[in-house]
Amino acid sequence: MSNVLEMGRLMQGNEAVAEGALAAGVRFFAGYPITPSTEIAEIMSQRLPKMGGKFIQMEDEIASIAAIIGASLAGVKSLTATSGPGFSLMQENLGFAAMAEVPCVIVNVQRSGPSTGMPTAPAQGDVMQSRWGTHGDHPVIVLSPSSVREAYELSARAVNLSEKYRVPVILLLDEVVGHLREKVVLPAQGEMSIEARQGPRVAPDSYVPYRPGENGVPPMANFGEGYRYHVTGLAHNEAGAPSNDPVVAERLLRRLHDKITANLEDIILDDARFLEDAEIVVMAYGSTARSARHAVKSARQRGIKVGLYRPLTLWPFPEQKVLELAEGVKTIIIPEMNMGQYRLEVERVVGRRCDVKGVNRVHGELIKPEEIYNAILEVV
Amino acid sequence: MNRELESYLRVDRFPHMWCPGCGNGIVLGCLLRAVNELQLDQDKTVVVGGIGCSSRAVGYLDFNTLHTTHGRALAFATGIKLARPELNVIVITGDGDATAIGGNHFIHAARRNIDLTVLLFNNNIYGMTGGQYSPLTPIKRKATTAPYGTIEPNFDVSDLARSAGASYIGRGTTYHTSLLKGLIKDGIENKGFSLIEAVTACPTAYGRRNKMKDGAEMILWQKENAVNIKKAANMAPEELEGKIIIGELHRREAPEYTALYDDLIAELGQEGGGGSVTPLKGK
Repeated sequence: MSNVLEMGRLMQGNEAVAEGALAAGVRFFAGYPITPSTEIAEIMSQRLPKMGGKFIQMEDEIASIAAIIGASLAGVKSLTATSGPGFSLMQENLGFAAMAEVPCVIVNVQRSGPSTGMPTAPAQGDVMQSRWGTHGDHPVIVLSPSSVREAYELSARAVNLSEKYRVPVILLLDEVVGHLREKVVLPAQGEMSIEARQGPRVAPDSYVPYRPGENGVPPMANFGEGYRYHVTGLAHNEAGAPSNDPVVAERLLRRLHDKITANLEDIILDDARFLEDAEIVVMAYGSTARSARHAVKSARQRGIKVGLYRPLTLWPFPEQKVLELAEGVKTIIIPEMNMGQYRLEVERVVGRRCDVKGVNRVHGELIKPEEIYNAILEVV
Repeated sequence: MNRELESYLRVDRFPHMWCPGCGNGIVLGCLLRAVNELQLDQDKTVVVGGIGCSSRAVGYLDFNTLHTTHGRALAFATGIKLARPELNVIVITGDGDATAIGGNHFIHAARRNIDLTVLLFNNNIYGMTGGQYSPLTPIKRKATTAPYGTIEPNFDVSDLARSAGASYIGRGTTYHTSLLKGLIKDGIENKGFSLIEAVTACPTAYGRRNKMKDGAEMILWQKENAVNIKKAANMAPEELEGKIIIGELHRREAPEYTALYDDLIAELGQEGGGGSVTPLKGK
């Protein structure tokens, strides 16, 4: 098998998500069929029982995310996968995972919306929902791959980050990347690491379940291992007891955010090309970044000073990097298969430092390289 | 209080939030007596609750406890039980939590016959939000959202569970505490989906709107209107009109879901192959 991996193999994006998660130690999957994410469930149903893991097809997406939270509390790394309508249904329990600090990964292979929309058509319309979909201020990490290899790597990374920061991590694909098949060489042994859950280092009697460790994250005991404690979506104190005390609530909410914002360097991953002398930068993610790369290369061949910036971590927003870009370039162009959701955040951050221009399509087809190329020509 | 039971409680979390006259403490007492008689290992027992007055019980219990979202306790519990089948998983839920917002999870957990013990506190009303009618509020009863009386028929939740596939069903009341405790014990011991419906009083949100002035009167109503299933077998349908039948209502032998899953894994393991993933370096 290892020889095959070294030579590369033809793999689908959704398959890479499943394999990346398994490689990172996921042994539980609960899901509900929905286009265009279903392959992930199908692969998990085939693979997990052979590895001693469990797959369950739940009665809906609400139950699916509930089940993975339950399994995670019992100490098993857990994943679910869905698309727009199912992602909407998952929002309440996603907030529960954020509040109760239960590691889990939610894959959303975006399709055209709103509502049932065009189930087989790609879109990037859930970018803001992935950040703000559940009620209340909450921390979340969102990763978005552009290729099959990245789908594999970011799937594993999502599992690692969720364990390390005890936060739900959303892996945001679009239908193009989910169904894309390309030849990939998977990371070799030792190229990626697996994050082990940090358990308590004290005896059960001394365990304070929601007292943060040095990185702001409380060590997590698994159910059934002798540390009896209470988990709730209610505001709670460090002992895990529900509380309406304003001081307790404020401290909890701030810590939930701080554990992310204090570790941005570790969490934010991006990729930059041709930025050194760039006067224009195209900022793109997901499948749109593939068209963007093509457009940028074509423009470079004509001597246009344009670069490419790809955030692989969509949330938390790479604010510092975008500010640096804005100081150095004339225009940031942001192609997106939505009405300009990520552009809103870029505009907020750059202010008047540079121009921001969107290339937006909501017709259910991917953005072609020439559409981005033309946008570059317009601002030269 | 029986001092022996204190070891199952987080007494530092008291006072509890239930009203005077509420029957929930009686049901909880029956659960703890059952757990004590079975000598369940607290470290190996998980108690999961949904949202509502009854579900808040989990916060007072010294086990691995999980207070989830409204209606979803069974879905969370399903994940826990699948991940660690060796754990005893008990679900505390209410009539609204289990049969309205959580109705879908209820029938599917029963259908799978997964080894969960559901203790359903049936007080016939949404208590925590102040007295709205639930799917288990009998017809022609008053609630804040049924000021002229309900015109919707109620579920018989035990019939619902039986149709869906539960392998053990019992019903007790807060008057018949010895019976209720025994039913809970049997439910925990049953390897499969068990439902124990505990008829309990909510004088604050239900009783006083429906001509029962306090908790004591509601318990007396339970005494007078409950009929043991053995006695009911010899009674005519018209005699049973408006009565609640208590006791062990249903039991069947059926394969349990997580056991079937472990069999499947063992079978696949014997086939060999497919077990490896790209090996990665541990940190």
